[in-house]
Amino acid sequence: MSALDTRSPATATARSLTDPPRRRRRLERVNWPLTIILAIASLSVLIPLYVTVAMAFKTSAQAVDGNALSLPLPFNPASFVEAWQLTRFPVSFSVSLGVAALTVIATLLLSSFASYAIVRNWHRRFFRWSFVYLLAAMFLPFPVVALPQIKLTAMISLDNPIGVAILHAMFQLSFSVLLYSAFLRSIPIELEESARIDGASTWQIFWRVILPLLGPMNATVGIFAFLASWNDFMMPSLITADPGLQTLPVVQNIFQSQFGTNYNVAFASYLMAMAPTIVVYLFAQRWVISGVTQGAVKS
Amino acid sequence: MTMQTPLTPETEDPRPGPATAATRVHRRVGSLHRTEGMYYLFLVPALVLFTAFVVAPACVGIFYSFTDYLGFGQWHFLGLENYRALVSDPAILGSYGFTLGFAVVTVIVTQVIALALAIALSKRVRFAAGLRSVFVIPMVVSGIIVAYVFNYLFSNTLPALATSVGFGPLQQSILGDPNLAWLAIVIVSAWQTIPGALLIYTAGLTSIPSDVYEASALDGAGTWKQLRSITLPLISGFIVINTVLGVKGYLGAYDVIVGLTNGGPGSATSSVAMTIFTGFTSGDYAYQMANATVFFIITVLISVLQLAVTRGRNLRLA
Repeated sequence: MSALDTRSPATATARSLTDPPRRRRRLERVNWPLTIILAIASLSVLIPLYVTVAMAFKTSAQAVDGNALSLPLPFNPASFVEAWQLTRFPVSFSVSLGVAALTVIATLLLSSFASYAIVRNWHRRFFRWSFVYLLAAMFLPFPVVALPQIKLTAMISLDNPIGVAILHAMFQLSFSVLLYSAFLRSIPIELEESARIDGASTWQIFWRVILPLLGPMNATVGIFAFLASWNDFMMPSLITADPGLQTLPVVQNIFQSQFGTNYNVAFASYLMAMAPTIVVYLFAQRWVISGVTQGAVKS
Repeated sequence: MTMQTPLTPETEDPRPGPATAATRVHRRVGSLHRTEGMYYLFLVPALVLFTAFVVAPACVGIFYSFTDYLGFGQWHFLGLENYRALVSDPAILGSYGFTLGFAVVTVIVTQVIALALAIALSKRVRFAAGLRSVFVIPMVVSGIIVAYVFNYLFSNTLPALATSVGFGPLQQSILGDPNLAWLAIVIVSAWQTIPGALLIYTAGLTSIPSDVYEASALDGAGTWKQLRSITLPLISGFIVINTVLGVKGYLGAYDVIVGLTNGGPGSATSSVAMTIFTGFTSGDYAYQMANATVFFIITVLISVLQLAVTRGRNLRLA
């Protein structure tokens, strides 16, 4: 760790002397050894991603040689067509998107509603206990309730993507309520009171005053809910009975059996499943990163 | 009740015009009741759905753990028979041994690497923002797909590389080795969960004012001393969040294992979650619900223990 922390007592002392030109020069001095170490470390992320892309564009003949790092020569984009058909990409993509969208909407509404009621009625025992009750699920891993939930969803005809979305939302509830209520406690009550004096009902106050103020927290909660739902394999694979209605992560398992050696097709399929979140992340990373950090600070 | 106290009958009534004191009071009381009802309406959907889809199934499942229910048909009470059988079932004990060991190793590996990366990125590093973006990418990728990609790397690329440089031990896929397969699962799980921990530690580090470091440097504290006496104590809250969330996630490990080893070779990497799910297909419903109940108790105990230990530590530091 000492290699990572280069702030020696001498430089720190120099920095503490409020000497603007010297201080600026020190801040500008780049720690190149550390930069290089980090760049090498980042290969641990970049190489698997490169392998996925490279493999996807190889021919079957080149893909079986085991050398994942080689460039895809000859360049072969045909695997994507095959992967597209084998996974019924438009269907599984739509199912994934539908489940994730439903999860996000349900999570945002249920947890912001509940948190608002809880925070504004904290003096009432019922609301305090409800908070503890909802939060208890933080310690409840899905496998514990999986078997009865599989039976329940089958019984009430929710052994389909809608049931998966409901369960995804349920498992986001505790964490989201925790984030929302921490945030809501910091909103001064005076804002609501003036709206109430102007004759707004609680319902109107929620939509016109509280919800706009919750903006950044909505982004955080929404991002968490979306990623958890979009990337999940466990719940859809156990809950959804119709294999034709499976999500993208689940349909990838066809490459584990019958198409075991068509690595190029499998990787083309993996790439198509991974790409959406990575692309969205690269464009919206400010929101993702600030979302997680805010979540951490608030909780 | 706080929001009602400053309301006077006059200001509460939005409609202008003459109103007697009696109607004012009446309206105020009416609005009070309506307001309260609205709050209940806000809370009830979450409570009802949560009860119906999580708590009720959990209770039904725990109930069946005391029976011989197969998942269908008739059942009889067995008392604690299932629980007694669990303790002497080598498959169950094996899965607990693997899962607990895996969770402990992974949480340590993840926290150390994530904290080191977070500290390194907080220094005067070139391209810090870009590097951080790269390090966070694994967080947004599906665990099962990552596991499939690494599955190929472990079973094809790594042996091919080892063969070409003549390095014996890695010429066979580590996924096929009962003694090494768990290592692959640790690597991929850490790969996937480091970003979240890294971001939380970054948040923790930025919350430490820089003059604390400057003051300690004036007092002659070196790099290690600063890490031990300033950084770690001040971000201990973040370490707690990360380990509690991490351990809970690793205890429930499923996706990554399915994609890498599917519990094999044999049952060397079979996690508790995987054995519980066999209750769905093998007719062991009641027995695996007993397993799930024990698993739940262990998960809660570990979380509570972690919180208690760190709370004690915080007190000592303060």
